[in-house]
Amino acid sequence: MALSSELIEQLGDQLYEAFASMTTLVPFTEQHPEIEIEDAYRIQERFIQRRLDAGEKIVGKKIGVTSKPVQDFLGVFQPDFGQLTSNMIYAEGDTISLDELIQPKAEAEVAFILKEDLIGPGITAMDVIRATDYVVPCFEIVDSRIDDWKIKIQDTIADNASCGVYVLGEATGDPKKIDLTLAGMVLEKNGELLSTSTGAAVQGSPANAVAWLANTLGELGIPFKAGEVILSGSQSQLVPVTDGDTLTCTVGDLGSCSVTFAGKTAVERAQQEAGIEEDAA
Amino acid sequence: MSKLETTFTRDDIVRLCERVEGAQKEARPIYKLTEEYPEMTMDDGYVVQNELRKRFIEQGHKLVGWKAGLTSKAKMKQMGVDVPSIGFLTDKMAVPEGAKVSVSELVHPRVECEIAFMTNQDLEGPNCTAKQVLAATDYVLPAIEIIDSRFQKFSFDLQSVIADNGSSARFVGGGRPRYADELILRTIGSVLEKNGEIVEMGAGAAVMDHPAEAVAMLVNILHKLGETLPAGSFVMSGGITAAVAVEPGDSVIARFQHLGSVSVSFVE
Repeated sequence: MALSSELIEQLGDQLYEAFASMTTLVPFTEQHPEIEIEDAYRIQERFIQRRLDAGEKIVGKKIGVTSKPVQDFLGVFQPDFGQLTSNMIYAEGDTISLDELIQPKAEAEVAFILKEDLIGPGITAMDVIRATDYVVPCFEIVDSRIDDWKIKIQDTIADNASCGVYVLGEATGDPKKIDLTLAGMVLEKNGELLSTSTGAAVQGSPANAVAWLANTLGELGIPFKAGEVILSGSQSQLVPVTDGDTLTCTVGDLGSCSVTFAGKTAVERAQQEAGIEEDAA
Repeated sequence: MSKLETTFTRDDIVRLCERVEGAQKEARPIYKLTEEYPEMTMDDGYVVQNELRKRFIEQGHKLVGWKAGLTSKAKMKQMGVDVPSIGFLTDKMAVPEGAKVSVSELVHPRVECEIAFMTNQDLEGPNCTAKQVLAATDYVLPAIEIIDSRFQKFSFDLQSVIADNGSSARFVGGGRPRYADELILRTIGSVLEKNGEIVEMGAGAAVMDHPAEAVAMLVNILHKLGETLPAGSFVMSGGITAAVAVEPGDSVIARFQHLGSVSVSFVE
């Protein structure tokens, strides 16, 4: 580890303040170029502890950086993870308020809900299928507390893997009845096709990503419990969203999840204010 | 009766057809036809393609079906067109599953994953619908299309590509046949692997929102050509994935949800 405990606590607090005030920070990798991945996870721990202190609960985990293009972009060869908390949950049919987000983007994914604890190391994709209660099509709305999404891997890990909010679809499926690797993923925005993909986009198969998470959490001594929601990683590109947009993702043999957005993001509001000032000048 | 309106004389048609036929048979790149005929239309392209089909059939090739091309929004945008294109398929283009294809017989071979249809009723335009296509489908199967643009340095336009039979070269059908009504073709996923690495992936909706829509469109273009789609036709509905270049030594496998897989490899 390269950073002192005091600095780690300080950076975790800064992230919490940025989250609470919907502002962004200069990337930690610019402020402290020596920051390591291990430091970043300890900053994340502090950031999340502040959210728990404010009354939230941990409800699951998200896996990020699971696709080859994103791994190539960030120069890493493994995923990362963040914590899902109780304030992040939306149900299908809810409208997601952009007023409470900074610079959100949506990703279409498949979520796993466990019926048994998965304690790594030594967990395989086969164990994941055995321990999964059901799978659900879902959207993760990622958001970044770092200026303009100028993230390196350490920045996003510290920032809770850039997690914003998430919405699970009402459709549920049995992972023993679905080919999660080859099931198609069709993503539409306002009724227009945006892209298509398959589960293979996520570490070769979403179950591989969940096994990686179980093993990583096992090494770190972080619990991974029955009932937790696991967002297994994006099967789509990142989709910018704005007021009035509706996104739908449909997974072969599983079903779909739709979500609507309303309001103005912190970045949109700032741009609008800057525009008004310019007009006044 | 063909409803094509051509700007070409009979001499133009024969000359261009012979040029395309020579390029295909000798694996020799040619300049796009619009270099010589800048005013060439899509109808002109189909008139040359019709002539090519007639010649191949006279030479003993058997017409086995058709292919739809430029069926994804991304490809249409790339080509600057808003309509897909079609080409014909003969028995000489069929390659068995698992076979080795010699690239020396091709110019710029590329592969893509497709869902193919085998029909059991005649289909006729001009108002053919996806619903009619599904009702006239015996079964669907996975396929790899090996396309090959015969134009120099990939410099082509839609008119030239149509004259070149929609870049048709070879096709591999196989995998697991399925009844179409047992599947949701929009969300069938497909993954293309080259030498063990995933190179492309997508789902059926990439093809005109539904592969059967592409077949209906094909039947409606056939009507313009004065043709119908007879029962027993093999139709490739268009690439789910982008086309991937191949060279000698490459081995590709197209894996499909519910439809198994198709593989083919390439040699000198």
